[in-house]
Amino acid sequence: MSRAFLGLPGPPPRAPRDTGYLRGQRPFPSAAHAALEDSQQRRNLGKATGTIRDKRARMVEEVPDWERLRSAGAAIKADALARLPELLERFESAVTERGGVVHWARDAVEANEIVTRLVADRGADEVLKVKSMATQEIGLNEHLAAEGISAVETDLAELIVQLGGDRPSHILVPAIHRNRAEIRDIFLREMPGVDPDLDDDPRSLAEQARKYLRAKFMDARVAVSGANFGIADTGTLSVVESEGNGRMCLTMPETLVTVMGIEKLVPSFADLEVFLQLLPRSSTGERMNPYTSMWTGVTAGDGPREFHLVLLDNGRSATLADGVGREALRCIRCSACLNVCPVYERTGGKAYGSTYPGPIGAVLTPQLAGMHETRDDPNASLPYASSLCGACYDVCPVKIDIPSLLVELRHQHVERSRYTAEAAMMRAASLAMSSATRFTKAQRASRLGRVLGGSDGRITALPPPFAAWTSARDLPVPPRETFREWWESEQGRAAMARARREAERGEW
Amino acid sequence: MVNARDVVLGRVREALAAAPPRPVEIPRDYRRERGLSDQRRLDMVVDRLTEYGAGVYRCRAEETATTVAAALSDARRIVVPPGLDRSWLAEFSGSVEVDSGEFSVRALDEVDGVLTSSAVTCAETGTVFLDASSDQGRRALTLVPDLHVCVVELSSVVAGIPEAVAELEPTRPITMISGPSATSDIELDRVEGVHGPRTLRVVVRVDR
Repeated sequence: MSRAFLGLPGPPPRAPRDTGYLRGQRPFPSAAHAALEDSQQRRNLGKATGTIRDKRARMVEEVPDWERLRSAGAAIKADALARLPELLERFESAVTERGGVVHWARDAVEANEIVTRLVADRGADEVLKVKSMATQEIGLNEHLAAEGISAVETDLAELIVQLGGDRPSHILVPAIHRNRAEIRDIFLREMPGVDPDLDDDPRSLAEQARKYLRAKFMDARVAVSGANFGIADTGTLSVVESEGNGRMCLTMPETLVTVMGIEKLVPSFADLEVFLQLLPRSSTGERMNPYTSMWTGVTAGDGPREFHLVLLDNGRSATLADGVGREALRCIRCSACLNVCPVYERTGGKAYGSTYPGPIGAVLTPQLAGMHETRDDPNASLPYASSLCGACYDVCPVKIDIPSLLVELRHQHVERSRYTAEAAMMRAASLAMSSATRFTKAQRASRLGRVLGGSDGRITALPPPFAAWTSARDLPVPPRETFREWWESEQGRAAMARARREAERGEW
Repeated sequence: MVNARDVVLGRVREALAAAPPRPVEIPRDYRRERGLSDQRRLDMVVDRLTEYGAGVYRCRAEETATTVAAALSDARRIVVPPGLDRSWLAEFSGSVEVDSGEFSVRALDEVDGVLTSSAVTCAETGTVFLDASSDQGRRALTLVPDLHVCVVELSSVVAGIPEAVAELEPTRPITMISGPSATSDIELDRVEGVHGPRTLRVVVRVDR
């Protein structure tokens, strides 16, 4: 089929600007400043990220072949992306053969329309939701609400966020910015049929949520889920969870609608043997999460009678078109990179303005939704929301080289914008780097940092819109040795220790 | 009119053509066969399940009925899948009903518990796999009642996740269970028992 026939005049389009959550209201530096002033949130985040970080480290430690699993995981996802057209078609026919119906959505607008039509056609005015980043990305709940359909989040944290009229602050623990007293108040205020004597013990709060949601599960007609993995060979889908709300939504309703990004495919069922080891240990720091469900189409007498799968592009093909940036599509949404990130730990997720926060969000969001060349596009500020410390790369279970991607995106942004002095500098740096073929990617990141830094080795000011970010603190620039050498050096350790102490005192 | 399917597939092909990826070799040198002894697998699965907050009962085959009765001691009315070995319930004094799909979810919500078998279990992670076979039942059966007692044969306990995944039939509905449901959503305090059965008890039969 010709390019013109497919209506493809140029590179694939990014996600639409005015639908969904892939762009914040303001650039990262100013959003971060607001977040930094919230000391309660900073304490909660510090506790959460620290706890999960330690658990993860212990769980990874006990796996002798962890590095080999990471390499396999990275290769499986890279292979799937390299063969995506073929695998998507195979997946589609496998799902269809097993009684599922496959829908394709070019973008958020189309996906929202498809889901809304499916729900409305079944005469339902309420849908139950399993925590799903894809449906958050496309703003499904808001779209459904505008069409008179209420979407009820069934994950405890998502429910807290939803009832509180709030946005999630962490991929894994979205309500981590709320403490128990706040949660009790939200339940008392917003939850229909709440026990007026509810106390703020997490056990009581969870019990209250169980009661409230159980009644809804019993009567569920339609549920909407995301998917952690889709298996191309077999048409199998998988949802990984802790609370059992996922099992409820996947089992109880008459109709199940799953929205899945096209990059979630893995080739074969056996590939799960890698990801079922990588994901729980990286994510919650557990050997295994309490529940994982797998289903293929519909099964007579067991679970939903109808299964619809919506395959979502929304900027993924645009991301895939970048030979470097496509690496971000390997992400399995574990959130390990968030928990080790010194920037995320202080600002929290909301400052990124996107469904995908933290280091991975800083490389995924601008690629999915684009960086506009205007000075104040929030997405253009995201690649700078990092000190390039490299901790995110070290913990990534699919070995996404986030620091190098950040540098690449900074380069792309500078190339396209008109900060000429900086653009010239970046171009010079990139020329130097591309000729030095033996440089590792980490070295590249570190040396570019040095190019941007002044003669005293500190980045003290960046052009707008990043000036506000650097005005908050001087960014230490890695010295002449490679990043990894710096990281392991006295100086590197001292810098990180200082950052940790500052975080503990809440000074930054 | 060009449909969304052709557009999305066309974009993906164009994207790959714009920057052709190199073919990828997948290194499979991670552990796929751990080869642990019966005793090691038993110790490991008991340790993991206990850590998750599941009740664990070890027994020999001839002790199954008394052990199952002990695991069900606080249940008066239970439901079982149609293919379950009924001899396991010889010592249980409560009432037993068989679900072949006729129980409504509300009826399932009213029973005290469910007793099932299991497909395969991973020792290293303490994960019981159910595959909706006739001795395990449809998924709602092991989801709605508040107590799930699950019988695991030591011979079906494998060491690692790769060995467990290899035992599965992909197109069956599969549920992996690693302890009772849990949440850490409120200040990271772990609360066990949110939506699934709040109590999970596993009876490990060390022989047949």
